[in-house]
Amino acid sequence: MCNNIDVIISNMAAPVSGMGEAPAERLPINSTSFQKKTRSKLVSIPGTRPSVQNGQLLVSTGVTSLDYLLGGGLAVGTVLLIEEDRYDSYSRMILKYFLAEGVVCRHELFVATAQDNPDDILQELPAPILDDVAVPKAVEQPRLTGEPQDSLDAMKIAWRYQHLPKVQSALASSSRFGHYYDVSKTMEAEIRQAAKCHRFCLPDHVTPSSTAHRLESYSALLKSLQEVIHREGFDLAAPMSKSRNILRVGLHSLGSALWGDDLCCHDKPRHRHALTTFLYGLRALLRSSLSVAVVTLPSHLIQDRALMGSITRLCDNAIALESFKGSERETNPLYKDYHGLLYVRQVPHLNCLASQLPDHKDLAFKLKRKQFSIERLHLPPDLSETVSRVSRGELASACGPSASGTKNLDF
Amino acid sequence: MFTELNSILSSSPDSVTPGEFILVSDRQSDASFLIHHFLSFYLRSRCKVIFLGLVQSFRHYSAVSQRLGVSLTQAKEKGQLVFMEGLKESLSVLIPQADNTESQAMNFLRDPPVGLRSLYEFVRSCAVGSGRAEDGAEEWGPPVLLVDDVSVLLSLGVDAGAVLDFSHYCRAAVCSQMKGNMVMLVRCNGEEEEEEDGEEGAEALLKGLTHQCSLNLHVQGLPTGYCKDIHGQVEVCWKRRQGDGPHTQRNLFQYKVHDKGASFFPRGTSSAVL
Repeated sequence: MCNNIDVIISNMAAPVSGMGEAPAERLPINSTSFQKKTRSKLVSIPGTRPSVQNGQLLVSTGVTSLDYLLGGGLAVGTVLLIEEDRYDSYSRMILKYFLAEGVVCRHELFVATAQDNPDDILQELPAPILDDVAVPKAVEQPRLTGEPQDSLDAMKIAWRYQHLPKVQSALASSSRFGHYYDVSKTMEAEIRQAAKCHRFCLPDHVTPSSTAHRLESYSALLKSLQEVIHREGFDLAAPMSKSRNILRVGLHSLGSALWGDDLCCHDKPRHRHALTTFLYGLRALLRSSLSVAVVTLPSHLIQDRALMGSITRLCDNAIALESFKGSERETNPLYKDYHGLLYVRQVPHLNCLASQLPDHKDLAFKLKRKQFSIERLHLPPDLSETVSRVSRGELASACGPSASGTKNLDF
Repeated sequence: MFTELNSILSSSPDSVTPGEFILVSDRQSDASFLIHHFLSFYLRSRCKVIFLGLVQSFRHYSAVSQRLGVSLTQAKEKGQLVFMEGLKESLSVLIPQADNTESQAMNFLRDPPVGLRSLYEFVRSCAVGSGRAEDGAEEWGPPVLLVDDVSVLLSLGVDAGAVLDFSHYCRAAVCSQMKGNMVMLVRCNGEEEEEEDGEEGAEALLKGLTHQCSLNLHVQGLPTGYCKDIHGQVEVCWKRRQGDGPHTQRNLFQYKVHDKGASFFPRGTSSAVL
């Protein structure tokens, strides 16, 4: 029986244990959630792993390519800002992946919305593929049936390029972290109810018609979040008696007019600093507790680019989504393989001098049934027939007037 | 401490020119690595350092300084470093609770238009307090004020004029009176040619601080685009007030940030290119 328990515990801990790193990077107790490798009392939290770059504690966002972009995962104590696409379809999808990953890893959830009931988002969570056999393979070259692989691998014409690595356009790392989800099904109620979830619905806390609504909605949210962190023991200063867990915070459509803010309504909003002060307080709360937040923001409604810049700087990670739906790019054959573009606005450098900037800046995403993949944008080869084909008639007429060339010239 | 930057600025920990206001500014880039350089530089030159860490936690600066060879916890225990952790102090102001003992420094969060007077009082009390040598305590050099970063005050609702007043008062107290130094980081987001009304605060702040400073390190991305091996360019601009009249000298370098430091090289001589 003891063997089984050992196996279960080692499965719940970091999956990179095969690399010879003994569980040395775990969570010591200090004043902030950024940890260095120390030898103090060790606790391991399910669903997290230490970063190979700087020993940070990372959680998975639920989307493996996004984990790779962020440097292995989302660091505990940080905020990920997602600038919403125009119809809030893909940003809402990533938020659902994030919360679904929290349910599967048995973390606690905190969801806040301004108008919809948080339960609406929770009921739409995608179903996890629990006995997942599907491991994404690298892009494979198309193979003719019956040919042995060796002869294909030995290039005959471009043999000088034989030793170069194959181009891998899909972003993925070698060690898997995180789970896969089937978007066509929703998560079953019993799995979802096993996770503890705290809800914050703005109309319950602040009446929309009150004069204080404008400035109080964010401070009510901050206060409620701090209460949950205190009460459930996510504070780093709390005593180590019970097992620790991670709180995943999902804030939907912050900055929209429903939060009482006029950032999206006016060119020169009057209370520009309400949202930025909230983000500052959120960073203060997260740095001192075992939690991680994903915030979606309708940035396409905010006209003030300088304000967007300060909002981005106050969040640690920031990405922006631009979907092709409804735009003229939807029918453009260049983009037919993708659903939209993804921009990485900011990657943090925490506890170190240099940040892990992405290799490529032109990224596109595609939502498939079992995977949300982020790839480097590749233009497809130009196979149209009108390109660079000189007809025989034109060639002949260029050489001089002759009988066959007169069909193009009409003198 | 980045040795190449020391040779560019002709400075060394043994001889620190007093009364300098060094402004580190960036435009669409991240110049915070220079703040880590100055922090370790002044700690090594045995000055008393007052650090207003408004955007990151103490653990972050401590981890980076460890890689640069300086221990912040030790410096704090010895009394050489006074570290104000803005994030931690702000929580008690933003979420008021009955039984909280709050420090006065972040009081401006409660009512931003009032200004940064309480923050200045905090700085002044730390700087002046270093003049008196206590029994058994070590004697440190002149005080140095480091602020990381000043633009976040604009995001918290403080007026650009109030921030300029704060920097002027601090310069008068720390640089002129106490013969110490001051280093501030200011961040800007827009393009230089655009005249947007929303940018009034940040641009005015940058221009005002550039006028007040004696040495400006301006960090920008490469004008030719994104490159993984060269992280950007630094423009070093001195303003010499003494001697033969006002005389500005500018130098342009490109840089790359590593794990344990940063390397600076003249334009076009990056190791990735040569």
